[in-house]
Amino acid sequence: MKSLKLPPWLVLLLPAIIILAAVVLIPLVLSLYSSFTAYKLTRPDSLYRWIGTFNYEKAIGDAKFWAAFGRTVLLLTVALNLEMLFGLGLALMVSKVTRGQRALRTMMMFPMMFSPILVGFQFKFIFNDNVGLVNNALQSLGITDQAIPWLVDGNLAMFSIIFAEVWTATSVFAILILAGLYAIPKDPLEAAKVDGCTAWQSFRYVTLPFLMPFIYIAMAIRSLDVARAYDIVQIMTNGGPARRTELLWTLIGRTGYVDARMGYANAMGYISIFLAIFFTVFFFRKLTAARAELGMGV
Amino acid sequence: MAQVHLRDVVKNYGPLEVVHSINLDIADNEFVVLVGPSGCGKSTTLRMIAGLEEISGGEIFIGDNVVNDLPPRERNISMVFQNYALYPHMTVRENLGFSLKIAKRPQAEIDKAVDEAAEILSLTPLLDRKPGALSGGQRQRVAMGRAIVRHPDVFLFDEPLSNLDAKLRTQMRVEIKKLHQKVRSTIVYVTHDQVEAMTLADRIVIMRDGHIEQIGTPLDVFENPVNTFVATFIGSPPMNLLNGVVRDGAVVLEDGTTVPVPPGYQAREGQAVQLGMRADNVMPVGHSLPPTEHMAQIEMDVNLTEPLGTETLLFAELAGAEVQAKMLNPRPVEAGERMTFQVMLDKCHLFDAESGAALRG
Repeated sequence: MKSLKLPPWLVLLLPAIIILAAVVLIPLVLSLYSSFTAYKLTRPDSLYRWIGTFNYEKAIGDAKFWAAFGRTVLLLTVALNLEMLFGLGLALMVSKVTRGQRALRTMMMFPMMFSPILVGFQFKFIFNDNVGLVNNALQSLGITDQAIPWLVDGNLAMFSIIFAEVWTATSVFAILILAGLYAIPKDPLEAAKVDGCTAWQSFRYVTLPFLMPFIYIAMAIRSLDVARAYDIVQIMTNGGPARRTELLWTLIGRTGYVDARMGYANAMGYISIFLAIFFTVFFFRKLTAARAELGMGV
Repeated sequence: MAQVHLRDVVKNYGPLEVVHSINLDIADNEFVVLVGPSGCGKSTTLRMIAGLEEISGGEIFIGDNVVNDLPPRERNISMVFQNYALYPHMTVRENLGFSLKIAKRPQAEIDKAVDEAAEILSLTPLLDRKPGALSGGQRQRVAMGRAIVRHPDVFLFDEPLSNLDAKLRTQMRVEIKKLHQKVRSTIVYVTHDQVEAMTLADRIVIMRDGHIEQIGTPLDVFENPVNTFVATFIGSPPMNLLNGVVRDGAVVLEDGTTVPVPPGYQAREGQAVQLGMRADNVMPVGHSLPPTEHMAQIEMDVNLTEPLGTETLLFAELAGAEVQAKMLNPRPVEAGERMTFQVMLDKCHLFDAESGAALRG
């Protein structure tokens, strides 16, 4: 029998192709396919029931889905901006520290070392209306005499989640911006001093433009992180009360694994992916522009 | 009024003193060059004038004001940095106009000043480019333009040409000199290159280890160096120094060669001295300028030659030391050839061997 002769380049690439197919390609195609079926986890045979774009139409017409979508965008916007501002402030302060800066930098990373699940539990406790730290402190100080329902009130619950999110991730910004601060050449700053800049003007016209690429890198990384936010919210509020903190992935997770409607969940997932892609593309555009601005090439 | 005065100015970093109580008076519109080897404190001195380094002691005046505690922006100075220090995110136009924009001047005035500066430095076609799209020489010109738009009292240059290649450096040197003639202004210029110092300066300040060794016009420091450091630092090739002892009004070199004490110098009998002579004043007989009044003759073996076209540098040996000499209208010379040289004594120098100080009579 004449053996099958594969060209050498294909043979050499085959391991990579097999692994990629198994890990990425097949799950991707399968999930895409299933989003066009009535697939329910509890009834495996439903995987073969083709229903066309029904799931997508249903998601697009679903107010709950769009509410979750909007909330995710809101969380993204608020959390990223707060983290950026706090991170920038923190980095600027740490960069001025002359002694013990290493220790400070290490300490800054502590929040990132905890699993988001644990952070969720921790803040669930802190914001608990009966035994939580915040209410305890407020009541002891006499600022309020009633228990504030941090995680039960719709608006406060969103605030609490943003608070936890900011607590964990501000250091991502702080560390990247700090790296940016170290990379700024000293000469233009001195030139700015001689040119008559006050400290604020030096920051505004020289330091900040140099930092922008670093800020956008942090934004791009964090936007992917927040767009897939699930764990902290799941633990703290489980999307409640009455879906007031429901985000895309808590909704999709519940639909897929609790309600077992995997086909529909996959359809929502594919729509949601665009959100993440949009933000990533947006920040990379900004990053490229900021780098070009500095003459760093594209 | 843009005189600059330094009074007993000291700089120390913790216990380490790097500038030791220096005094310097710079006149209005004067071009002063601080020159010295790396680490001599010249840049630190300049940065103290700029206000980028704090002054540890003494006083600095710009005009009539003590500026010790003024931040740079209140000193009305501008500075050109070694690495240009342009703002990379701004166009050339924005770079030039930045200081005026910060000072909140009206846009029309900014445009006018920028156009003027661009004109002087031939930057007009480049105004809308970013620094990244400029060559080294162009960036240097932008840096100078940024300095002149403000019409400051004092220009400070911190080794502005050291990042350029040799040809461009010569070219920019000329431009800086022209610039000084166009915008009459006080300039303090730091360099480690003695050629730059000689060609640009009205007065040269030679520094070593945080001390000022000599202040004078270029010709003055060239012709009358106060010590061996200045003598060997200024001039190329460096001045030849030969060890000897004074006996009967002549310097006896280590191998017994005697050369009369140069006119204008005095030394004790038996004093250990160094005889200094520049290559330009040591020439082989038959290849030199017409003889002058004070001449001495020495014989040396030539070890090496460097033909330069119009002249040839000869590396000879005398009393165990290397002596560089010049041959005008050169002829081919074989290594090892013994030649008779004429020494123009009235251009020679005598220094104390121990302190290095010139033994002026």
